Order: sequence, then structure tokens, then C-alpha cells
Amino acid sequence: MSTTGINWFKYSSPQALYPLAGRMIPWFAAFALGLIGVGLYVGFFVAPTDVTQGDAYRIIFVHVPAAWMSMFLYVIMAIWAGLGLGLNARPSFMMAQAIAPTGAMFTFLALFTGSMWGKPTWGAWWVWDARLTSELILLFQYIGIILLRSSIDDLRRADRASAVLALVGVINVPIIYFSVRWWNTLHQGASVSITAAPTMAGTMVTAMLVMMFGFWMYSIAVTLARMRCVIVERERQPSWGKQASMPDVVEAR
Amino acid sequence: MQWGSLAEFFAMGGYGLYVWPSFGVTALCMGGEVLAVWRRHAAAAGSRDES
Repeated sequence: MSTTGINWFKYSSPQALYPLAGRMIPWFAAFALGLIGVGLYVGFFVAPTDVTQGDAYRIIFVHVPAAWMSMFLYVIMAIWAGLGLGLNARPSFMMAQAIAPTGAMFTFLALFTGSMWGKPTWGAWWVWDARLTSELILLFQYIGIILLRSSIDDLRRADRASAVLALVGVINVPIIYFSVRWWNTLHQGASVSITAAPTMAGTMVTAMLVMMFGFWMYSIAVTLARMRCVIVERERQPSWGKQASMPDVVEAR
Repeated sequence: MQWGSLAEFFAMGGYGLYVWPSFGVTALCMGGEVLAVWRRHAAAAGSRDES
């Protein structure tokens, strides 16, 4: 471990996480590029034109994966936040911190691509439908969590406060998911579900799922990379570093 | 493959104005995020003499 030059966390697990993440990132990035490439190819050149929606439906290949990631990432962020609170584990808080911006970005993309799809099919960029409204609230939740963290100087308090906010807000995820069933929404129901046969052509589903796995791999790669930033940035913060690694820091300089 | 020509592909059956911004903005956001994290890492690691 010391041979990699990262010997400044002798007694805490970020020391092990940093090089481990560094080794994992290229693999996830390569899988992401490959899967997104295949997904785009199948989506644009193999999947047929939709009978009712024409080629506007092809927005689904970014819209659905982005929307899924916005919810998945929130749940995973909340799980890390909960683990951080329960175990008082700093790496868990770091993961939660690293996930939030990517989750916010995918939430924005889900809303943006949805609006691009809504205009030609519904005739409106935006409607105050339960699905759209709850997804917009999710974006505000992500932004709120990021802002709350950045507004508190004390890292331990920032970790705990944003973790509590993330955990409380997880209630919105099932609301988003089931909104199309619970309310009479303009937004269509699920095209693909575990319990029923898909209502789309095989190649369309294939392209969408491949894109989704690609977005998963992308999310893992980019959040691991951000966690490495967080590790280095926190290591420089005296309030955090003094516990385990302050002598190492001085030594390293 | 259902595209007769490149122009037909870009037209997306008349929905190009909606399809391409969706994919373009998604690509910009993801590419921009990668660049931002890259820079953040360079800034953080550089300031502590470690790559």
C-alpha cells in the first residue's frame, strides 16, 4: 500500500479505498463506454421506428435510464448516509457525498429529456403531473442536500445533517415510482416491469436496458472518481485529518 | 436499418429537433461531469504534491 505513494492514512480505511477506487475506475469507465456505444447503435440503427410515436420515442433511450439512475442513486446515497449514521463510518459519508451531484445531474436529465419528449407527444413541455412533480421535488432534494453540506463548515456536522436529510427524503422515491399507478397521470406507466411482459419491441427494450447498464457503469466510475477527490480534500482539512493522519500529513509535506 | 440517407437520419422522422437535443444535452452533462471531476482531482491532488 505504501508503494503506491498514498501512505498518508495509515489508520483509516480511506487509505485503502483511494488506490482501490483508482484501480476500479478504468474498468467501469470502459464498460460504460462500451455499453453506451452498443446501446446507441442498437437504439438508432437496429430498433425500428415506433408505429404511434414515430422516431420521437428514441428519446426513451436516454430518458428512462436517466430517470432510473436518478432514483437508484438517491436510494444508494441514502443507504450510505444511513450506514454512516449507524456505524459512524466516514467512508460511508464520503460515498453519499460523492453520489449526490451525479444523482442531481441525472434528475435534471430525466426532466430535460422528458420535456423534449413531452412537447411532440403531449403538446406541452411541462405538466404538473404527479410523476413530473415528484421528480422535480427529487431534484430539489438533491440540491438541498448538496447545499446543506456546503453550508456547514464542521465536516462531522455536515456529514450528519446531510445524511439525515437524505434519509428523510427517501420517502419520495416510492412516490415517484408508483405515481403513475396511484394517480391518474399524463405520464405513461412502466413500459418494462419485472412482473409483466414488456409492451415494447424486443430491440427497443434491449437498447434501453443496455443504455441503463451503461449509465450504471458510468455512475460507478464517476462517483468513485469523485470520492477520490473527497478523500484528498478531506485529508487536507485539519478538523478531519488530525484524528488519524496529521503526523503523516506533516511527514508527507 | 431504416435510414435511407444521412439527412433522413438527422431528421429523425421530423422529430430531430427533440431527439438530438435530448442526446446532446445528456452527452454534454456526462462529459462535463467527467471533466469537472478530473479537474477537481487534479486541483486537490496537485496541491498536496501527490498524483
